Amino acid sequence: MTAQTHQTTASTTDTPIVEVRGLSLAFGSVQALRDVNLQLRPGEVTAIVGDNGAGKSTAVRCISGVHKADSGEILFDGSPVSFHNPEDAREAGIETVHQNLALVEDLTVWQNLYLNREIVHGFGPLALLDRRAMRTGAQEMVSTLAVNVPAVGARVRRLSGGQRQAVAICRAAGFSSKLVIMDEPTAALGVQETARVEELILRLKSEGRAVLLISHNFAQVMRLSDQVWVMRAGQCVAGRRTDDTTGEEIVALITGAQAA
Amino acid sequence: MSQKTTPPPGPSGPAADTTTTTTTAGTTAGTTAGPDTAGSSPITVPAHAQSWVHRLADPSFWADWAALIGLVVLAIVFEIGNSSFLDVGNIQAMLVASSILIVLSLGQTFVIATGGIDLSIAAAMTFGAVCFGSAFGHGQPIWLCCVIAVAGSAAVGVVNGLLVGVAGITDFIVTLGTLSAASGAALVVANGQPTTIVDRFLLRMSTDGIGIIGWPVVVAALLAVVAHVVLFHTRFGTHVLAAGGSKEAATATGISVGRIKVAVYSISGTLAGVGAILLVARIGASEPAANTSFLLNSVAAVVLGGVSLFGGRATIIGPVLGALLLTALANGLTLLGVSEFYQPIAVGAVVVLAALITRFQK
Repeated sequence: MTAQTHQTTASTTDTPIVEVRGLSLAFGSVQALRDVNLQLRPGEVTAIVGDNGAGKSTAVRCISGVHKADSGEILFDGSPVSFHNPEDAREAGIETVHQNLALVEDLTVWQNLYLNREIVHGFGPLALLDRRAMRTGAQEMVSTLAVNVPAVGARVRRLSGGQRQAVAICRAAGFSSKLVIMDEPTAALGVQETARVEELILRLKSEGRAVLLISHNFAQVMRLSDQVWVMRAGQCVAGRRTDDTTGEEIVALITGAQAA
Repeated sequence: MSQKTTPPPGPSGPAADTTTTTTTAGTTAGTTAGPDTAGSSPITVPAHAQSWVHRLADPSFWADWAALIGLVVLAIVFEIGNSSFLDVGNIQAMLVASSILIVLSLGQTFVIATGGIDLSIAAAMTFGAVCFGSAFGHGQPIWLCCVIAVAGSAAVGVVNGLLVGVAGITDFIVTLGTLSAASGAALVVANGQPTTIVDRFLLRMSTDGIGIIGWPVVVAALLAVVAHVVLFHTRFGTHVLAAGGSKEAATATGISVGRIKVAVYSISGTLAGVGAILLVARIGASEPAANTSFLLNSVAAVVLGGVSLFGGRATIIGPVLGALLLTALANGLTLLGVSEFYQPIAVGAVVVLAALITRFQK
């Protein structure tokens, strides 16, 4: 099984941006992850699929610094990393778009984009916000990603679901991040908005960033991803290049109807 | 036909949602699409006038400015009832009378902006005041008395902050507890007795000022400006609003909500200490009195100022205007010869009315 995994990865040559080796994590008596191995490449969309409770989110949370694994290691950009919290991961260039988007509705788009990364002039406690620089920067972020956002000065409360998703993705993409993790980015969106977000994901990919996608939508996974990892019962049971597989095979791997 | 060629509405409109359906785009774009509808008279309503009409029709506009509108209405009513209401002397007196409440409301605003509430703010002020009296009674210099007063009140705020932010106890319960504890501590420190404080500095503070503007007003105004800058022009202020608006989002972006809580309660306590000095200067004594009306009025001023009790939305000018409104209300009723007993009823009615208006806030 792991041999198969390694075989799959051996077929491509460029170095992975993230390499997860033998990751295990237990919550009390529940073994959430068992010896998980997977790789993500820059400039690719990597999907993790699996049934509810298969360990997708847990594995991703280990990468983004929310959980700390019991054993195993994570290599980021070739060197082993040990994130103590999501801030560490963000510093390193791993951004997460949370399922709840983590936007403050009463703040404006630009304030959300720069939340906890505000540009200031001055030092220490006397530092004042450089609102103009942040507005300009936010405008750039939003326009380079060609997102349908009304105005960076608008409060998030007034935005539609797709626009909010776009703001959250912009924030994740906007700070020279190397890896953007997205947990069900289109679950709550309509058809048109889903199309826009997918466009955005492909744009991130074309900029050379790695995107890690958790999705239950197989059509979307087949449409967007370059590599698919299948998780079942806390294990990463298979890895496939999307071009070499079919939706049916993925489903069979998820349910266990087909052994890896 | 013209609808097909209608360009998307300009950046001023709530564009994105409506552009997909051409019919709504056609109607909402009204003014901007004017030139396209050939033959019909060109619409010449300037955009800013249009937006003003639009804003006046929006109930949330009225909710945002409830305190200012209320203040203007009260000024007109009271001036009609008693022509001395808007005399320079009376305005001067009202400003001085409102300064303590303004200072407390500033602290309360920071706390409420995080979705909390500081019920102990007046008790902290009382505790600071009796600390002042005790230090004065022991022959300490006046500057040290002031420092001790601020330190005493700030200590109450820090305790609040640690219990809410670090221990994770609900704001309401913590500050209800410290309300009682600080009141009790004030009685203990003062031994239940008021201390008369006669001092030239305090006397000048309460009677002098810059021109016709009393020192307490100057202090309150300066603190309000500082509070505005802190809330809207520093990272800390943004994080206060973020923590109040969405705890999850703030945490996800690495903001420590617990630390923000400690900070806002400390600010509230410190400002209560400033209030304590102004109070001692005003009444010429330190008393272990409950000062309950200051607590209620500080919350009332914040609500009147359009600050959301759920957190995340705040202004500084709003609560300041709210405090002025409440003071003007008491003053005006007194001038009209209405019994003091009716004043709390009027305050209560105004506050509930303001809360009712804020339901229309978007």
